[in-house]
Amino acid sequence: MNPSLAANPPVATPFFFYLLAAVMVIGGILVITRKNAVHSALALITTLLAQAGLYLMLYAPFVAGVQIILYAGGIMVLFLFVIMLISIERAEKERQFNHQWVVGIAAAAALGGLFIAVYTTTTGGRVLFPEGRAIYGEVGNTQAIASLLFDRQAGMYMFSFEIASLLLLVAIIGAVVMAKKRI
Amino acid sequence: MHDFLNSITDYLQNSNQTPGAAGNFFWATVYILLVFVGLSVAVIAMNWLERKILAHMQVRLGPMRVGPHGLLQPIADALKLLLKEDIIPAEADVTVFWIAPFIVVLAAFTVFVVVPFGPTHAITDMNIGILFMLGVSSLSVLGIVTAGWASNSHYPLIGALRSSAQMVSYEVAMGLAVVSAIMMTSLHGMGFYGVAPPGPADSGTLSMIDIVKMQQDQHIWFLFKFFPLGIIAFAIFAIAMVAETNRAPFDLPEAESELTAGFHTEYSGFRWSLFFLAEYSAMIAVSSIAVTLWLGGWLRPFPNALSGATWDLLFSIIPGATFLFLGALCFYSTARMPKHPLFRIQTMGLAGFGALLALIGIVLLIPGPRHWVQDIFWFSAKVAGFMYLYIWYRGTFPRYRFDQLMKVGWKVLLPIGLALLILTAVVGMRTELLAQVKEVLHR
Repeated sequence: MNPSLAANPPVATPFFFYLLAAVMVIGGILVITRKNAVHSALALITTLLAQAGLYLMLYAPFVAGVQIILYAGGIMVLFLFVIMLISIERAEKERQFNHQWVVGIAAAAALGGLFIAVYTTTTGGRVLFPEGRAIYGEVGNTQAIASLLFDRQAGMYMFSFEIASLLLLVAIIGAVVMAKKRI
Repeated sequence: MHDFLNSITDYLQNSNQTPGAAGNFFWATVYILLVFVGLSVAVIAMNWLERKILAHMQVRLGPMRVGPHGLLQPIADALKLLLKEDIIPAEADVTVFWIAPFIVVLAAFTVFVVVPFGPTHAITDMNIGILFMLGVSSLSVLGIVTAGWASNSHYPLIGALRSSAQMVSYEVAMGLAVVSAIMMTSLHGMGFYGVAPPGPADSGTLSMIDIVKMQQDQHIWFLFKFFPLGIIAFAIFAIAMVAETNRAPFDLPEAESELTAGFHTEYSGFRWSLFFLAEYSAMIAVSSIAVTLWLGGWLRPFPNALSGATWDLLFSIIPGATFLFLGALCFYSTARMPKHPLFRIQTMGLAGFGALLALIGIVLLIPGPRHWVQDIFWFSAKVAGFMYLYIWYRGTFPRYRFDQLMKVGWKVLLPIGLALLILTAVVGMRTELLAQVKEVLHR
């Protein structure tokens, strides 16, 4: 165990985990059950913030910070921006047509089964989620991510990272093409 | 119990960490309360100062009736706001209308968790300090947008739309300027005209306290580093931060001549005062980011050029001297008060206020508090300079048109920010780059 961690043991970790998880699940349910799109967006923001809290509990503060800046602060603001331009009154009166219960339940069950299968699978005596995992200190998380991305020896994720950002570029170009009739 | 008391005194005597980093709950709580109270007092003082300074800029007197020189005006305003009727429009979305002010206030206050008032005077120090500040302060736009939407009325909605577009646009330029400053933490040397020895580039930091410590180690404020790159980055940030806090000349979300009051048109009483509180504490928050990143945080001016016991002593009496000067100013005004019996209580009040300021000044001259208050004073003084700039902008610049605002954000600040980022990297890594070029040429 990390020495700084031994001096300051994590505070009530299971409690906070269940709290954040509950907030996430309730928020997620609210996102799909609210008729008003703005309420859904607010519930989604709550979910994303709780997720940032979970990242913090995993000793990944950098990921948590990026989660707050990008998702809660950036993307969701644009979501709200677009939603506010839609006439909510008309949208609320319209009949919702998401009557695909059977398909939805089947898909959810399949995904749940996959999760359970992954969790319980053992390959050669090793499980994917061991009971006690290594706990890294909070200090140095940013530097660790940077060296995973950019380091000459250890940096193996640069390419996949760039590919992902290319995907975003494609989305931007697509949006411009769809929005502008003449470029 | 004994252990608890021990931990309290132990922290005071020999801790070189922030209470959050040391895991000391008692002092963390005390610091949180201190920051909260200090911030509230600062907002109250700012309210009075803004009205007074703006008035003097426009050759008016400003508030003069409530208390001597209107000193009690903010308290009267606060009482008025608390007693006012709390109106929720009939067609409003009540839940969201309720939540919105709290989002804004929470975002504005949470940011202060990592603001470093001194090497140990912060609630906590985070590995991701500056990211945390930017992230949480970017959440306040959610409160503004939801407030505008939930009011279900035209002016607030337009204000909210403007605000979200404006804050998202300026966040980009702001982020680029911040990244350039963060890069400077890892790049040693001073650019092309350096006096400090150029060192190798090592790992930088995002922690607010370490950023200031880097400026201390490198013997330079990042404002002057890689001249003129540091100043340009600072200028971009200084413009973007005014837009981020919706202040004049970028106060389009609440442009009173077009939108009545913008996103908070339908808010009244206590809820409105929450927006007010959030706006001012957000101003203080972004100013403290600027002070931390570019103006050396808690470092006093010229810690290296003017070092030595004499200079240390001279700089350490400045906090006390400032308060003594303010007290003297109060006594001067007391002497100039009208001699009519109706003004007797006001005159006594002003003299009492002056005595209080002078007393604080004298306490700050005693060696113990004098040493203790140093860092906090210099940090606050730098932030106060930014607060004055905010008022000055408001008194000087006319409001931008919305398309001009967008043009400045996307077509001016963003390209400059990008170029700046590349230039900072090139200047910082120039020895390594030259070595590589030589290697290629030799091959």
